[in-house]
Amino acid sequence: MIIQFGSVEMHLNCTLRGPDGRSCSGSRMNRGKEMVRRMGMGQRKRKAVYLLFLFVVSGMIMGLFAGFSFKKVFMVENTDPCKPCEESAHLWVEHLNVSKIELHALASFFSESKQAASIQCTKETGPEEALVNGFACFLKVEFSKFPNIVNQYTILKEVASWKDQCPARNSSILWTDSSLFSVDEETLDFSALSLQSAFNQHFQQESSEMNPQGSQPNYFCWTLSSCLVLECRWVVVGIAASFIVLAISWMSPRGQGLKAISLVLLQHWQQNHLRNSTRSAGNWQRKLLVAFVLSGKLTSGWLLWHLNEKANLRREETLANMCDERASMLQDQFNVSMNHVHALAILVSTFHHGKHPSAIDQKTFGEYTERTAFDRPLTSGVAYAVKVPHSAREEFEKHHGWRIKKMETEDQSLVKDNIPEKLDPAPVQDEYAPVVFAQETVSHIISVDMMSGKEDRENILRARASGKAVLTSPFKLLKSNHLGVVLTFSVYDVDLSPDSTPEQRIEATVGYLGASYDVPSLVEKLLHQLAGKQMISVNVYDTTNGSEPITMYGTGVIDTGLVHISNLDFGDPLRKHEMHCRFKQKPPFPWTPVSASFAVLVITLLVGHIFHAAINRIAKVEEDCHAMMELKIRAEAADVAKSQFLATVSHEIRTPMNGVLGMLQMLMDTELDPNQQDYAKTAHDSGNNLIWLINQVLDQAKIESGRLELEKVPFDLCSVLDNVLSLFSGRSNEKQAESGIKTKEIEMAVYVSDKVPQVVTGDPGRFQQIVTNLMGNAIKFTNDKGHVFVTVHLADEVQNRTNVKDPVLRHSLNMVEDTSDATSNTLSGFRVVDRWKSWEKFEKLNDTSEPESVWVLVTVEDTGVGIPLSAQNRIFTPFMQVDSSTSRTYGGTGIGLSISKCLVDLMHGEIGFVSECGIGSTFSFAVPFGKYQMHPEDSKRQSYEPNVVEFKGIKALVIDRRSTRAEVTRCHLQRLGVLVDVVPSLQSAKTYISPSCGSREFCSYAMVLIDKDDWERECFLGLVSLFLNNGDDSRIKVSFRPKVFLLATTIDNHELPELKSIGFIDNVLIKPLRLSVLASCFQEALGHGQKKFADRKKVSNPGTLLKEKRILVVDDNLINRRVAEGALKKYGAIVTCVGSGKDALRLLHPPHDFDACFMDLRMPEMDGFEATRRVRQLEEEINSKIKSGEASAETFGNVVLWHVPMLAMTADVIQATNEECLKCGMDGYVSKPFEEQQLYSAVAQFFDATGKGSNPQFAVLWNVADIVLLLPRDLTRFGGLVILRLNKKFGGWWGEGIHMGRTSCVMNKQAGES
Amino acid sequence: MDVVQLQSRLSEYLKSLFNDGTLDGQFLQLQQLQDESNPDFVVEVVTLFFSDSEKLLDDLSSSLEQPNVDFRKVDAYVHQLKGSSSSIGAQRVKNACIAFRGLCEEQSIPACLRCLQLVKQEYLYAKNKLETLFKLEKQVVAAGGSIPSLDAGS
Repeated sequence: MIIQFGSVEMHLNCTLRGPDGRSCSGSRMNRGKEMVRRMGMGQRKRKAVYLLFLFVVSGMIMGLFAGFSFKKVFMVENTDPCKPCEESAHLWVEHLNVSKIELHALASFFSESKQAASIQCTKETGPEEALVNGFACFLKVEFSKFPNIVNQYTILKEVASWKDQCPARNSSILWTDSSLFSVDEETLDFSALSLQSAFNQHFQQESSEMNPQGSQPNYFCWTLSSCLVLECRWVVVGIAASFIVLAISWMSPRGQGLKAISLVLLQHWQQNHLRNSTRSAGNWQRKLLVAFVLSGKLTSGWLLWHLNEKANLRREETLANMCDERASMLQDQFNVSMNHVHALAILVSTFHHGKHPSAIDQKTFGEYTERTAFDRPLTSGVAYAVKVPHSAREEFEKHHGWRIKKMETEDQSLVKDNIPEKLDPAPVQDEYAPVVFAQETVSHIISVDMMSGKEDRENILRARASGKAVLTSPFKLLKSNHLGVVLTFSVYDVDLSPDSTPEQRIEATVGYLGASYDVPSLVEKLLHQLAGKQMISVNVYDTTNGSEPITMYGTGVIDTGLVHISNLDFGDPLRKHEMHCRFKQKPPFPWTPVSASFAVLVITLLVGHIFHAAINRIAKVEEDCHAMMELKIRAEAADVAKSQFLATVSHEIRTPMNGVLGMLQMLMDTELDPNQQDYAKTAHDSGNNLIWLINQVLDQAKIESGRLELEKVPFDLCSVLDNVLSLFSGRSNEKQAESGIKTKEIEMAVYVSDKVPQVVTGDPGRFQQIVTNLMGNAIKFTNDKGHVFVTVHLADEVQNRTNVKDPVLRHSLNMVEDTSDATSNTLSGFRVVDRWKSWEKFEKLNDTSEPESVWVLVTVEDTGVGIPLSAQNRIFTPFMQVDSSTSRTYGGTGIGLSISKCLVDLMHGEIGFVSECGIGSTFSFAVPFGKYQMHPEDSKRQSYEPNVVEFKGIKALVIDRRSTRAEVTRCHLQRLGVLVDVVPSLQSAKTYISPSCGSREFCSYAMVLIDKDDWERECFLGLVSLFLNNGDDSRIKVSFRPKVFLLATTIDNHELPELKSIGFIDNVLIKPLRLSVLASCFQEALGHGQKKFADRKKVSNPGTLLKEKRILVVDDNLINRRVAEGALKKYGAIVTCVGSGKDALRLLHPPHDFDACFMDLRMPEMDGFEATRRVRQLEEEINSKIKSGEASAETFGNVVLWHVPMLAMTADVIQATNEECLKCGMDGYVSKPFEEQQLYSAVAQFFDATGKGSNPQFAVLWNVADIVLLLPRDLTRFGGLVILRLNKKFGGWWGEGIHMGRTSCVMNKQAGES
Repeated sequence: MDVVQLQSRLSEYLKSLFNDGTLDGQFLQLQQLQDESNPDFVVEVVTLFFSDSEKLLDDLSSSLEQPNVDFRKVDAYVHQLKGSSSSIGAQRVKNACIAFRGLCEEQSIPACLRCLQLVKQEYLYAKNKLETLFKLEKQVVAAGGSIPSLDAGS
């Protein structure tokens, strides 16, 4: 199992280590590696969990095994002490036998000795007392002789009293003692030995008593319980551990785990690029798992069997021990009393037969036996029968005075009559064995002939032949109705040698001593002394007749499965006895093995389940991985498609947009009044902005991939901001128009601190992008009322809060400090957030290490809804909006801020914001720009319009109660070179310009600017009257009164004429203020550059353009041709129609008779494209001929370069067709059927409004590159299509400059260079 | 009949033609092109359209009946028809032609035949209507009235 885990882990390690070891090529691999590194921690954790798991499981299993083996050892240790017990028991038996022999010897010694003392003894006190006394005396003497023995005795006594001591120790001490005894044997006297043996016996009893009580049951219980506890503990630990590991593995961050696994698998997969490799590994793992589960089941089964077996074995052992112990004790007890009977036999031999007259009579015998009955606790009674031959029967009967009687029946058990007299006299036999002496308890058998009973006769015969104790088979005893046996000893009149023959023995026999044993009581008594009697039931059988054992003791047999049979040796070799021991209870249910094996099974299944789940998961993850790989490939393909789509779309949009821009550029180059100029410029800028927005989307990708490069060109910060403003002023106007009655009154203003240099070096496009984004957001999120205020400062200006010189900054600072007057100082009067906080966190702001750079801090302040605190941390995330729901109030992609942040980061700047819900937000960014050295020509260039100079030195008075707003106005006016004074109210203005101040000063004010908020007619009338009063002054005429401008955010259509009609207001300036607007407005009002522009409205009719033009219409469709002809004729053109490309080609031969050609594209034989190509080819040839002088220009009508305008007539105006047209040399297209506007715009490129033929320069431009360079100004006039063509022609040369719509600029540059 | 009545009938009829989509704004433009120098411009063009269309439809039928249909040819014919119909402002014919061209790309003969049927139907319908219109116009002119002009928007 552990090996299995190990291998699995190794497998994992291999897969982990594999890819790292190899050199990986390809970005995927690198990415994977990166991920590996990133996942490092998680994986390590994972690994740790794995290791922990393995450790716990292996530890658990090892522990389980260790538990078992430990128990085993323990059991061995515990069973060991039993052995010495048994040994010592045997030893005691031996000793007992020895002592028996010795006693025997003693008896014979007494019987034979002629010592006076002993005779005296017996004479004086009677035979029994003498014996006892004799013992005692002798012992006394002996003890005094051997004091060391006494010591030993006391020691033994002490030993015996140590009940708590381990039986092993006792026995070992015993052992040493007995060995000591055996060593001293020779020097010791018999009695010493007998004493020792007696003690041994006593001790054996005690110890055996103590042994089972103290040790065996306890031991058994202990082993059982300890095993259970131990195993349970291990099982619990194991289960807990596995559950913990399980829990950890499941509860650990799943994604991470999965990621890690998938990563590993990914790498594995990438490494091999073979699917089946992992699959085979999976199969292998599966097989291993199955094997593991099977082996686990087998283990659990084996464990069950093994533990059960062991428990059974233990039970058997216990039973055997107990049974043997009982058997040996029974045997010993029996032997002891047998020895006593033997001794009695010798006594009888000595004192009855050895003496004449006999020293023993019935009375003596009865008394003696009664008194010594304690020595034979098991005998119910003893009796002595003498051998009487038939010849001596008469004499014997006469001597004793009774007749020899016969036993009543064969079966002694049936003898019930206690009265011997009633018995019949014994029949005539060879010899008789009448009982002469009997113990009181059995005195009724006196005079009964023992030879007449079959059993007894056999017994007697055997006893006298063998000279040993002989037992009868068990029979029912007379009184107790217990089963009993009769022990018979023969008494010889001479001392026979041990090797005497049976004949000699029979000859020497004089009598027989019999003792009846009550076996059940004997066993009962014995068992009562022993512990554990409740546990086992004991049966004793006489198995002399093997086939029919006779139950001597024990009740009915309950089969509890286990039987132990111990042999009993009662000294009679002919009789066989057995003791059968059984447990009373059936074996208990084997909880321990069952629970242990169950635990193992559970653990195995759990582990198996874990691994199965893991394998499944791995397989699943693998599949997912494959799916993901496929998805990735598809995603990559989609990404490629996306980029292609973006590229295509952006190209497709740019192309027509260039047309729009070109046209606008052209329009702006015509003579327009300032308003028109402004519209055109706004349209142009908006168009630019559209293209630029498209680029922005592309930029996001570019920035993200780090490919964006920043420009470093000098640019005018203010003009950039003006551009942004004009962009938004147009938009907000639209919004107002859409929203209807409730107009959005958002005041927009740009304030540039005068510390900020006019021209800096940097990327104006990107800068504008950032500002536009921020401003766009600000406008978007500002509802109905409020303002969006852009301020530009130098970073140095905000370094020190205490020393702020800039008025706007000071206002904002004051506003924060003085909250009570919070509304008055802001641009629109609404509360704003503290802008100072928005750049608080900027770190680079204080970094002035680069003297070459100027840190410009731009702040966009709004009074919008603000950003909730919860959304503030993700505000710079791409495509993230505060409210991402579809029902949100504010649209947009959410890409703007992200791009802004990217761009600011790219510029090494910083961006930040502060926002408060309901008050507004302020975004700030600080970027470093390069310092720019002003050149003389630059100063000329940077002046926005040439007429700006016109306003230099003019004085103006601004009346505005909001100081911030006034500052903005001042800032803009100052840019025009106007000197500004600010007064907060009309009242103060009055005092300011009151005559007391000196009329000279006053009259120098060329204009007065009043905010609409402060417009109070009555008051102003007063002011005007003041002006007029001054006008009455001698030198100043009314006509010189200052021009009055009203500054308004919005103005109603009916309001404006009303105001103007009063006559005081010269014009209304719509905010936001921009330089161009200001300049044009002032220009108009102050009478500078007043030009009369021709009304160009009517020009838009194609009729004016086409009048008298010779036009060729080529179309194969007669109807179309007719219609086109009709339409063109209507516009006054002279139309010629042809029906095929070939006919057209014939007519279109330089010198051309036509001013233009409208050509259908789809024609049979030769289509429009082909025809055009041919015409162009022809023109080219002729042009080159003229150029080279081969053909004189005169021949071709004095035209240097021929290029007849050719326009496609097409029904489907799609981009592809358009490009195709341009490619083959056409100049444009008109939709078919003609639409007036479209036709006009198409032909307008070619025909002057004044209408005198085609522009020869136009033709020039088409073909010769170097001439183009010489005529850049004209070039711009031709608008988008021309630019496009040039772009195509010289794409590599200045392509980049054109596409951003800065065509004129680039061309100017080029012109300057050339 | 009264001239005014006739005129109103004519304008009603013209309106109905616009309403059911038979004609579109192009027809009005065509009418606008008609002036003193070109008094029968519309009739001329429309008659041209009729003859041309009939020829084209015949060609289409015959080319679609051929065993190997040259779809490019068919397409060219339909294109022609489409061009002329859009020129005179026969909107429904034009739309049918557009659908026909789409089917030509699929090169399905049965579908083309069905569509040809549709185009023919539309053409005949338009022809009918236009002829009626011209008849009305003639009546108006004969009655001594001028042909009322109709706003393109109406």
